[in-house]
Amino acid sequence: MKLFEYEAKNILANYGIPTPRGGLATNPSQAKEVTSKLKPPLAVKAQVLVAGRGKAGGILFANSIEEAEKAAEKLLTMQIKGIPVKSVWVEEKIQIKNELYFGITTNRFNQSYVAIASAVGGMEIEKIATKAPEKIIQFSINPQHGFHSFHAHQMVRKMGYAGKQLSELGRIFERLYCVGMDCDAELIEMNPLAETADGNFVAADARIILDDSALFRHQEYKKRLLEGESELTPQEAEATKNELAYVKLDGDIGVIGNGAGLVMATLDTIQYYGGKPANFLDVGGGAPAEKIATALKIVFSDPKVKALFINILGGITRCDEVARGILEAKAKIGATKPMVIRLVGTNEDEGKRILTEAGVHVLEGMEEAAQRVIEISKHGGK
Amino acid sequence: MGIIIDKNTRAIVQGITGAQGSFHTKLMLEYGTKIVAGVTPGKGKTQIHGVSVYDTVEEAQEKHSANASIIFVPAPFAADATLEALENGIRTIVIITEHIPIKDAINVMARAKQVNATIIGPNTPGIITPEASKLGIMPAHIFKLGSIGMVSRSGTLTYEIAAGLTRKNLGQSTCLGLGGDPITGLNFIDSLKMFEQDPQTKAIVLIGEIGGNLEELAAEYITSDRYPKPVVAFIAGRSAPPGKRMGHAGAIVMGKTGTAESKIEKFKSAGVKVAEKPNDVPELLAKLVSN
Repeated sequence: MKLFEYEAKNILANYGIPTPRGGLATNPSQAKEVTSKLKPPLAVKAQVLVAGRGKAGGILFANSIEEAEKAAEKLLTMQIKGIPVKSVWVEEKIQIKNELYFGITTNRFNQSYVAIASAVGGMEIEKIATKAPEKIIQFSINPQHGFHSFHAHQMVRKMGYAGKQLSELGRIFERLYCVGMDCDAELIEMNPLAETADGNFVAADARIILDDSALFRHQEYKKRLLEGESELTPQEAEATKNELAYVKLDGDIGVIGNGAGLVMATLDTIQYYGGKPANFLDVGGGAPAEKIATALKIVFSDPKVKALFINILGGITRCDEVARGILEAKAKIGATKPMVIRLVGTNEDEGKRILTEAGVHVLEGMEEAAQRVIEISKHGGK
Repeated sequence: MGIIIDKNTRAIVQGITGAQGSFHTKLMLEYGTKIVAGVTPGKGKTQIHGVSVYDTVEEAQEKHSANASIIFVPAPFAADATLEALENGIRTIVIITEHIPIKDAINVMARAKQVNATIIGPNTPGIITPEASKLGIMPAHIFKLGSIGMVSRSGTLTYEIAAGLTRKNLGQSTCLGLGGDPITGLNFIDSLKMFEQDPQTKAIVLIGEIGGNLEELAAEYITSDRYPKPVVAFIAGRSAPPGKRMGHAGAIVMGKTGTAESKIEKFKSAGVKVAEKPNDVPELLAKLVSN
C-alpha cells in the first residue's frame, strides 16, 4: 500500500527527520489558513498516488501567499491521470545545493533488507544505477543485528561526507531505518534527500510503500485502504474488499482464474494469440460459489469487457463450486456478455454437468479456450 | 530418490486443527505421507484423522521425533510457529501460509540459515516426491513417478504443467513450489544444486514469473556451473504491466527489475529452452530427454 507524500513526511517528522515546513489542505479556505503560516517561496503538491505527478502538472510553485492559494484552488479541481485531487500539501521550498538518495528495500536473494545510499539523487534509483552506478552504496542488513548508527556512518563516509555532516546524515539514515521497521515498509526512501545551501539535510520528498501483508498491524492504514482513499479503481477497491486479487489492464477480454501464476499465464496466452486482456483476477485457492459470483460481477462491471475467459484448474478449488458460482452470478446479474469456460481438475465431471445442463459450454484446453474467447471478442459470440 | 523428502520423512502438521490443516492432513495421509503428530496451541490431547494433537512442538518432538513440519498457521502467527519448529530441532519446514509480513519472513530465514534448515515457502503449494511423500496441498493424482525435477514460484501453473508432463508420460522425481512471496526460503539456485546431486533427476523444469531477479541469478548459475542437466523454463507475466502486483506478493515489476523479458533473455543466453506457453513445456522437454 502506497502512502501519500504528506503521510510519509509526517511520519518522518515524528521520528526527528527534518522535512520541509508544510501543511495539508482539502479545500481552498483550508489552503489559505495553511499557507498563511508558511514563508514563500512555496511548493503546492497534489496528493495523488500516481507516478509522474510532476510532469502531469500536479506540482505548482508560488512566490507569494496569494499565488499559493490560487495554485491550491486550481489543483483541488484537477484530475491527474483520471484521479481527482482530494488534497494538496503546501510546503516551503528548499534551497537545494545537492540532491542525495537514501532508501531501504528488500533483497530477495539475501533474504534481507538492504540500505541504499547515493551522493546523486533526485531521480529514480534505477536511473541512478544506470547513470552513476559508482555512486551507489549498498549495505545488506543482517536482521539479527539491525542497522545502527555506525553502519550509517560507514555508508555516509563513502558518500564523501565528514564532520558534523557525517553525524547528521548518519542520524537521519538510522532514523529512517526505524521508521521502515516500525511501519513494516517494503520500500522507504528519501529522494531527494536535499543538502541545503547552509549544509543541513532535509527530506525534500519521501515515499513509503507498506507491506500489504503487515496491514493487520497497522489498522489505521488498512481502514484508509478499504475506505477507498487510495489509488484503486472501483473494480480494484471492490476486489480488495472481497479478498480477490484484481488488476485492471487495457484490453477487452475479462479473465478469471485460480492461482496467480495460472492467471498470468492465461493473460500471456491470450496476448500470444493476439487478444488483449482487460484484467487479472485471481480467485485464489478453494474459492466457494459466492466468491466466484463476486468475481464475475466485478469483471462484468468493467464496460470495456466484451467477453470473459474463466480458466480453472481445480486443486483445492472444486469445479462444481465454480460452476455453481457462475450460474449464481448469471441468475443475479444476468450474464449479458459471452463467456468461455475452461474447467478441469477436482470434481470436474460434476462441474461440467452443472454447466452443460444450464446450457453453458465448457472447454478442456487452455489454448483452445484462449483462441475461442479472442474470436468471440472480435466477432461477437453466439 | 528425489530431493528433500522421501519415504522416511516424518512430519508434523502445525495448525492441524484448522480447516485447511485438517483437510490436507487427510489427503497427505491418504497419499502415504508419514504424518506423526499435529500441533495447535490450546488443542492438545485431541486427535485429527487419527493423528495426535499437541499444544507445543516441544511435546510433539518428545513423543514422535519428527524431522519435518508443514505449517498451515494463519499469517500473524506463522513466523512464530516456524521459529518454534526450528527451536525444536526440525530442519525441513514447508510454510503453506500466504500473506506473512516481509519483516517476519526475513527474521525466520535468518534463523533458518544459522541452523542450516531448509525452508520451502511461504505461500507455496509444498513439495511432492511421487509415490513416496507429499508435504503440500497439490492434487496428487496429476503427478507420476519419473525423472523430471520441477521447481516453481506458482501453484496452479505448476499443476497445469505437471499434468501436461504426466500426459506425455514424463514422470517427476520431485516437484516443489518455492512460494509466491518476495522473501522465500529455498530459491531456484538451491533447488538446481539439489537436482544436480539427485541421480534420479535427468532434466529440470523451472517455472518462474515476474518480480525480483532470482530467475536471472539462476540463469547465471547455469552458465557458470556448466549445469550438466537440461533445463526447460517457463516465465509467467509477459503481459503484466509494471508496478502492479499480479496476485502473488512477489509478482511485481519495479522499475526495470523483474520483467519477463529480462528473465527469458537471460535463460536463452544460458542455453535454457524457454517455452512460449505452458503447453509447450512437455514438447520441449520430450525432445531434450529423447536426445
